[in-house]
Formats: sequence, C-alpha cells, structure tokens
Amino acid sequence: MKPIRVVESTTVVLPNANVDTDQIIPARFLTVTTRHGLGQRLFADWRYDKEGNPRPDFVLNQKDTRGAEVLVAGDNFGCGSSREHAPWALLDYGFRAVVSTRFADIFRSNALKNGLLTVVVDEETHRALLAEPGIEVAIDLEAQTLRLPNGKEVTFPIDAFARFCLLNGKDELDFLLEQESSIAEHEKTLPSS
Amino acid sequence: MLSAASTGKGDEKPSKAKATGSRTLFEKVWNAHLVRPENQDTPALLYVDVHLVHEVTSPQAFDVLRQRDLRVRRPERTVATMDHSTPTSPPGADGRIVFLDRQAESQVRQLERNCQEFGIRLYPLGSDRQGIVHVIGPELGLTQPGMTIVCGDSHTSTHGAFGALAFGIGTTEVGHVLASQCLLQRKPQTFAIRLNGTLPVGVTAKDLILAVIAKIGVHGGTGHVLEYRGSCVRSLSMEERMTVCNMSIEAGARAGMMAPDDVTFEYLAARPLAPQGPAWDEALARWRRLPSDSESLYDREVSLEVSTLEPMITYGTNPGMAIPIGSPLPDTEREPAMEKALQYMGLKPGQPLLGHPVDVVFIGSCTNARISDLRLAANVFKGRKVASGVRVLVVSGSQQVKKQAETEGLDRIFREAGAEWREPGCSMCIAMNGDRLEPGQYAVSTSNRNFEGRQGSGGRTFLASPLTAAATAVTGRITDAREILGRS
Ligand code: SF4
Repeated sequence: MKPIRVVESTTVVLPNANVDTDQIIPARFLTVTTRHGLGQRLFADWRYDKEGNPRPDFVLNQKDTRGAEVLVAGDNFGCGSSREHAPWALLDYGFRAVVSTRFADIFRSNALKNGLLTVVVDEETHRALLAEPGIEVAIDLEAQTLRLPNGKEVTFPIDAFARFCLLNGKDELDFLLEQESSIAEHEKTLPSS
Repeated sequence: MLSAASTGKGDEKPSKAKATGSRTLFEKVWNAHLVRPENQDTPALLYVDVHLVHEVTSPQAFDVLRQRDLRVRRPERTVATMDHSTPTSPPGADGRIVFLDRQAESQVRQLERNCQEFGIRLYPLGSDRQGIVHVIGPELGLTQPGMTIVCGDSHTSTHGAFGALAFGIGTTEVGHVLASQCLLQRKPQTFAIRLNGTLPVGVTAKDLILAVIAKIGVHGGTGHVLEYRGSCVRSLSMEERMTVCNMSIEAGARAGMMAPDDVTFEYLAARPLAPQGPAWDEALARWRRLPSDSESLYDREVSLEVSTLEPMITYGTNPGMAIPIGSPLPDTEREPAMEKALQYMGLKPGQPLLGHPVDVVFIGSCTNARISDLRLAANVFKGRKVASGVRVLVVSGSQQVKKQAETEGLDRIFREAGAEWREPGCSMCIAMNGDRLEPGQYAVSTSNRNFEGRQGSGGRTFLASPLTAAATAVTGRITDAREILGRS
C-alpha cells in the first residue's frame, strides 16, 4: 500500500445518520470475487432509479461533486454488515477519507486497513462541514488534523498502529507474520480438545 | 498480566476489575487469548480458536494467501459453508442446482476450490450439515464456551450465547486469521445489559432483543462488548439466547455474550464436535469458571424489566426503530431521519401498525430459523391458511433444522397452510440469491435488518418474531399473535 500523509480535497456531503453498509453497497453486488470495480455500484439504490438512470437529486450525480475525495457523512456511518466491499466501493469511486461524528466499529477497521481515512470530528465542526458542501479541507494524518478553509484546525483521534501503518505504507499482515514464535508459544498452552 | 493488559489509552481510568483482581466473562476470555497484550503503539494480538468462512467475504482473502505464497496456518480450526447466495429451491430432477446467475455460482465454486486447495473442511450444498454459518456452528458443537470465534460476517455475535467471544471481521482480517490464526484488536469496553423478570406468554426472545436495541439505540453498543445478565437470561433456552446475542451488532456492539450454565452444557453434550469423555469433564471444569466474578465490573450498564414487555415490531429503516406492536408510530416532527424512514416505508406519524397489510412473510435467517422458531410459527399455522395474496417463505437455518422439522411434521403444516417450504440458507434475509421483495412490497420478516432495500430494492421490512410473522401470514395484516392464540 502507498503511504498516506495528506488528503486535500473538496467535500461531498451526505448528511443522513446511520448510513448502513447495505446502502453503501447493496448485497446483490457482493457476488464478486475481486475487490475492484465496485465504485460504479457505490450507493447504487440512492444513485440510480429502477431503470439504472442516475437520479439527478442524488449528490454524487451532481456535476460539482465530481472528483471530490472527502465524504462528509452523518453520525454512525457504516453500521450494519461487516462487508469490506463498503470501503472498497468508496475507494474505487475515488474517496480517500470520510468525516463523521462516529463510525461503526467494523467499518472503521475495514476502512483503515484499506487506506480510507475515518476522521471523527466534534459536533460543531461537523455542523460547519454539513452546512457548506464543497469546501476545501486538508486532512493531515501525521498531525492528525483537519483544516477548514478559514484556517481553523481540529485534531482527530486515530489508532496509533493504524496511523503508523498508513503513514509508512506498511501491511498489518507482515506484522502478524513476524509474531510467529509468540503465536506458536501461545498454541502450546491451549487445551487439547 | 494485570498491567500488561491495560489499554494504554491515556483517557481511561483503570477498571475496577484491575483493582480487585475480579474479572468479567469477557475479560476472562480476552485474557486467555492474548498472545501479546496491547500497548500505546500496538493493538493486542488475539488468538482465534474457531474461524468460520462463507462464500461472500472470503475469496479476496484466499487470493492474498496465494499472492503471498502463504498457507492456512491452522486449517483444522477453520470451517466453511455456503449460505448467502445459495438457492433455496431444491435441485432439479437431474440433481443440478440452479443459481441466480453465473457470478453467484462462480463465487460458490471459488469457495469449493479454495477449501480444497487450503485443506479446509467445507459443508457444501448437498451436505446434511450445510446451513447458515451461525446456525451450523452451534449445531455441530463447534461453538463452545470461552472460545474466540470470528467470521467475515457481523452476526458472528450469535455464538456469544455460549459464553464465547465472537465477532464479525472484514475480509482483510479473514486473510489475517487464515494466515496467522490471530487478529490485531484493541480491547473493547464492557456493557452489562441486565434483563430481570420473566417474559410474558406470547413475548419471545426476538421481542426482547428488539426492545433492548430500541432502548440503547443502533449505536448504543459501539466500542463495547455487551454481556446479557439477569434472571431472564437464565430462563432462556440456548436457541432463545442465540436470537438475543445474534442482534447485538444491531446495537452497534462488537459482540454480545452470556455466561454459560447448565442449559449451555446440556445443549452441547454429545454434539459431534464437542469434547467427549475425559476432555468433556476437563472442559466443563474450565467453562464453570467463566462467569463474571462480580456484578460491579462493567464500564456501562443498563437494566430492563422484561415482565411488562409486549411483542415488538420495527416500523422504520434500522432495527432501533421498533415499538410495541399495539402502539401507534411515534411523532416525527423535526426529526429528519425519522421522517425519511417513514417516507421510505410509506407510513405516517402516529398511525397504528396493527392491521397494516403485507405482501410477504419471511420466516428464516440466523436470528429466527432454528427448530424452536419453526415450532412457534407452525403452532400458529396449524389448521389455518395463509391469507390470499400473501407469499410466505419458510426457510430453515440448516439442513439439520429442516430434517428435524420434517420429522416432526412441521413441513406439512406449513405446506398445507399454503406457505413455501424451502431449502436452508440466508434467503430473503439478504436477498442475494433471488429470494427478494419487489419494489414497494411490505414484508414481516423474522430476520435482523430492515435497512432500505435489504430484502430487495425498494422492499419494505417490518422485523418481528416468528409468532408475529405467522399470525400476520394468516390474516394478511400485521397481527398480534396473542389475538389468535390467546394470552395464557
Ligand atoms: S441469515 Fe442474514 S444476517 Fe444471518 S448470516 Fe445470513 S445474511 Fe447474514
């Protein structure tokens, strides 16, 4: 994975709370066996009508949101199913960070493992972001800050290990495999059944 | 071990457990599986006892193993089945199984190849042990108290009913477990859900968990492992306990657990993969030490008196939007999320749900498709007919459940009533296999998610118990089963 330091982009705003992973990527698209190409299915049931035509009122179908890499989402984003297809779809579409007041546990874990930043901000900052779609923000992973166009900076928490892996382009699997001797040691203590 | 297991998060006060040496059920299981405790820089390295695998969330993980030339570290701790996209219609006369499309079939074939290549036990279609992954684990006796159990599926929380620490993971983590039998995890907080009293007649474990989720909210459990405690839990059967733990994830929880007791041990005794002979006695001694040492060890807690609960039903588009079946819908003034949900559902604030017509009734899923669920439903269908114009699917959770139901003659009751008796699988819970709602259709479903489109694009779901589902099937309108069966 490529190291990630800064994401600078305009925002797309999807204010709904509790957006579940079934909305991010509906289950009928999960019979794929690779992780690529899911971007065109992102938010499929909100984005397209029954005939498959784009719904003009959905935010991703509006011209001025093209190319934006930061999604500002409502509270508790990514709840529901554990499907990693959700961050895969967001990344494949072109998002590199999601900003919210809260993320569901499994979604956050999946997102960070794929290089999709999950940025938790306070309610006041969140309100400001929701109120002004399309503003330019800068997310600095190293400093753990999100900067608004008026220069205001807020810090965000992120797990130290996930941050280290993302900043250095490290793979968690490598780390796990290096633990082989401790794992083997632990296995000696297991009950036989 | 004590200090080493501390979380390293600066803002956290040491829990009472650390001060006194007492432990919760969760902490006992967590500590016993620590290959390495967590610190500021690195999450804990947690050993996984059992890894369950299904067709949808595993192919990309096996690909990583192949790309990196890795083996499955402990294939004997890994068990696979196929359930999500598999058809629930029986094979044709020529034995051919017809899938929804080529992609669904190829995903299932991919699982077969992966299991063969990596030496993993698979219960495929046609095996008498195939079924929904969270139904077959307990059935086999694979799920045991004190274990860590993971699966690329959020309803892995089901297995917590046995006092296991069981949780859903993503596909990258599926790869981690395949390759290393371990996961990197931050230690979650604990949340005691105290359930006191006895459930009234006609109120089921499903109603109980819907009431809990309504109370704490769909993110009430985020970052926490729930432990269901109290006299009510002790009075529940294993299957009822599984129904409750199953939906822990719908409150956002990492996992849900219940202390094992004689009900647990009786369920497990003589299951094919449970320990036998001296190993059983040894295991039993271990399992009896698992319950929490004291009542006062939890980071958070909430209590619920269950003896006044009513049958619950959801009205909106997440499982927290639930009300007692006889109550009117809440007022949504100035609540945009609620308004949006009701708009999707085609409902109005303040209206009653009782009597609302439905098109489909789905009795199935890892929440409510075990034999006791089918018995509850059959009891309503017996001597009655499905209302005209209503489609009813009854989908067993596993081949074993289906066989048992057929032995008891439940299949005949369902068929004679006019319901479809289908092959086991996830079916209309997730609508990946062609069993789905048409846009705009209403369903009462015994599954666990009422998200927009979950049961088919544009479909509208009311989650409820098997009793409510069956009662609704015979009247064609949302019905309180107690009106049909009586209240005593
Ligand atoms: S029955 Fe539904 S919730 Fe359970 S594993 Fe299958 S798809 Fe998931």
